Amino acid sequence: MDQGLLERLRERLDGDGREPVFAHGLLAVQLPREALLDTVKLLKEEFGFDMFLDVTAVDWPQREPRFDVVHHFYSTRDHVRVRLKMAVTEADAVVDSLVDHYGSAHFMERECHDMYGIVFRGNADLRPILLYEGFEGHPLRKDYPKEREQPLVRYRE
Amino acid sequence: MNQVHEKSGAFEYLTTRKDELVGWARKFSIFPYPFVTACCAMEFMSVSSTMYDTDRFGAALPRFSPRQSDLLMVVGTITHKQAPILKKVYEQMCEPKWVMAFGVCATSGGFYRNYAALQGIDKIIPVDVYIPGCPPRPESVIDGIMQLQDKIANASHPIINEKF
Repeated sequence: MDQGLLERLRERLDGDGREPVFAHGLLAVQLPREALLDTVKLLKEEFGFDMFLDVTAVDWPQREPRFDVVHHFYSTRDHVRVRLKMAVTEADAVVDSLVDHYGSAHFMERECHDMYGIVFRGNADLRPILLYEGFEGHPLRKDYPKEREQPLVRYRE
Repeated sequence: MNQVHEKSGAFEYLTTRKDELVGWARKFSIFPYPFVTACCAMEFMSVSSTMYDTDRFGAALPRFSPRQSDLLMVVGTITHKQAPILKKVYEQMCEPKWVMAFGVCATSGGFYRNYAALQGIDKIIPVDVYIPGCPPRPESVIDGIMQLQDKIANASHPIINEKF
């Protein structure tokens, strides 16, 4: 692992509301959602983070803003990872989509939209991918009742 | 012309009940349709291959068309998204047909109690034999097949109409 690269990246990312820190051997960056596209472009074009690993969210029901949207990136050249975290509110759970930079963002953003109801501005196809048409709510939000079922087939009797 | 009919000592005819005869024939020709969705598949492969050999019970030759099969083996977790497919496969099977819930997930949802998992396939289709275990031991599966055989052998088998 190239710790020097991550250190250079940390210095480069500091500022503009971004707070890069080292956590568990990777660089974790807290940033405002307005800075997402610029940051991703910088990661991809200047630092060679060519692989978009995942996008998911964290639900903090007691906190305001309620959600963290978390992106992970990997560099197949330098074998290092970066995590981006953005806080968004429940009323305005919108972040920019990465489909223009990473093709794999299409499916992963659909999954995140299924499970947490995060809207990705710029992803034109946010149909359910793991859930099915007609499913109400977002099952990985903490306020989804864990025993609630939405069957597609009518039960016997 | 004057030939005398000699008795050879072999059975020339025997008497039985129609249901017993048909049941005996049917219980040794259970063509399964493996509806395999999850990790229980590993145990299904084990039980149907040489070591445990469900062919001894006439239940080894899988038919991959529901129209040719007698036994629907539901092997693994069924999700709500998968349930319409399972129901359609069941409805396409010809009578007589039987259903086996293989493992706890198919039986009751197992340890999945969430938005995704169907809490047992008997919510949508009738089940004849339940096999517990996560996954079941091959011996449990064989026991389940033998119980199903008993059920078939002791059942009524209308083959022309309800009276015969």
